[in-house]
Amino acid sequence: MSTPIIAIKGLSLAYERDGVRNTILADLDLTIARGEFLVIVGESGVGKSTVLRVLIGLAEPSAGTVRVEPRPDCRTPMALVFQDARLLPWRRVLANVAFGLEGSGLTRAQRLAKAREMLTLVGLADLGHRWPHQLSGGQRQRVAIARALAVDPDVLLMDEPFSALDSFTREGLQDELQRIQATTGKTILFVTHDIDEAVTLADRVVVLAGAPGRVAAELAVTVPRPRRRRDGALAEAARQLRAELSGRSAEL
Amino acid sequence: MTAFRSTALAALGLAAFLVFWEAMPRLGLINPAFLPPPSTIPAAFLREIELGVWGEAVWSSLSHYVVGLVAGAGAGIGLGLLSGMFSGFEAFTAWIVRLLRPIPGLAWVPFAIIWFGVQPSAAVFIIAIGVFWIVFFATQGAVRGVDRDLVEVARAFGFRSPWARLTKILLPAATPGILVGLRTALGQAWMAVVAAEIFGVPGVGARMMQASSLLSTDIVVVYMLTMAGLYGLFDTGFVALQGWLLRWRA
Repeated sequence: MSTPIIAIKGLSLAYERDGVRNTILADLDLTIARGEFLVIVGESGVGKSTVLRVLIGLAEPSAGTVRVEPRPDCRTPMALVFQDARLLPWRRVLANVAFGLEGSGLTRAQRLAKAREMLTLVGLADLGHRWPHQLSGGQRQRVAIARALAVDPDVLLMDEPFSALDSFTREGLQDELQRIQATTGKTILFVTHDIDEAVTLADRVVVLAGAPGRVAAELAVTVPRPRRRRDGALAEAARQLRAELSGRSAEL
Repeated sequence: MTAFRSTALAALGLAAFLVFWEAMPRLGLINPAFLPPPSTIPAAFLREIELGVWGEAVWSSLSHYVVGLVAGAGAGIGLGLLSGMFSGFEAFTAWIVRLLRPIPGLAWVPFAIIWFGVQPSAAVFIIAIGVFWIVFFATQGAVRGVDRDLVEVARAFGFRSPWARLTKILLPAATPGILVGLRTALGQAWMAVVAAEIFGVPGVGARMMQASSLLSTDIVVVYMLTMAGLYGLFDTGFVALQGWLLRWRA
């Protein structure tokens, strides 16, 4: 394996509220290889999202180091897709996608051209003129993905991005995301609590468990892409992962 | 109820009101000098226009109104944004606000006259003060109420300076709340126009006082209706602007 694009070492995060110390993460080690699709699974409240928040700079770690090795000309090493799309309601879809490019030195025309390209990539080329409230939940999440991809990050961080969608839309977007990764070659760090989603998407699954959260298990998913749902090998990977997870919670 | 039916009922209600108003002085139930029947108003209106008084009064009132509104709303939005964004600024001004806010706008009239004389600037000052507080609190509240999740989006995309936070998220997100305050202020400012002018600054209010001292009640009514009409015009225009600015809302 080449040098990891992200190397997290000894990451801890704790905060104090009303005199009570709350430890979210303790001594977490994690590396992500360039081009890898890494999925973090774990129960709610185990600190999965916190890892992403630290990486994007929305949370300050109490201890530990995060080393990022972006490609040399990269302006924004990482971009985050939130669980709820969080589009800016006063901007049309196209302007939402162009949001992260403002202040990048591009002209308005260049920004909008890039935004149009990204909308096409997520299959919404015709909806640039709409307001966010005129979109379905799945479309909103596609726009959020386009907005993150528009800044051309080295790593795409995704925080349970499909968990609020119905299962039909969710599976469609999972396929779409794999296609996008194949097209763009992005490194993706994806957080979910859905085991089937994890094995469908991942090259490697990391199980986060415990309070405070730490890496409890790891599983490489070697099933070739494009993956078919109900593939026996995927089902086997999901079974292993469930065993890991239930084993862990039995220990706790 | 259909739209047609409710419009018809509204027209009927207004007609009944006018008939009642016309009947009271005509039947001698009220002295016509105290309450002129509505049928005499158009003639009085035309006389005022021919004399050129109406246009002059309306023009000077409008200029006080617009300048006072812009000054008061500008200061209110500016300080409201600062106070909503920076808790330090809010804490620093908290007691000043507590001290000054309860003072009614009209209580500033003596100082307005001492500082500016019986001049248009005195009227502008009174109007601006009334508008200021309404817009200040509306803006402050709207900024505080902005969805923190959206502020996070800006931070996640690297927009971390207060200026970027303001222009990219807070201001657009707070616009609906600020506009509600502005609309209230639009009405409040009319009240202040009349009040300020009653003290002699030329305009609609001053002309009304003049007419009432001569018991020309028909002229007083002309200006009362003029104000209702102008306010209606401004409010309608403002609602249209508001609708356009907030066209992104569901």
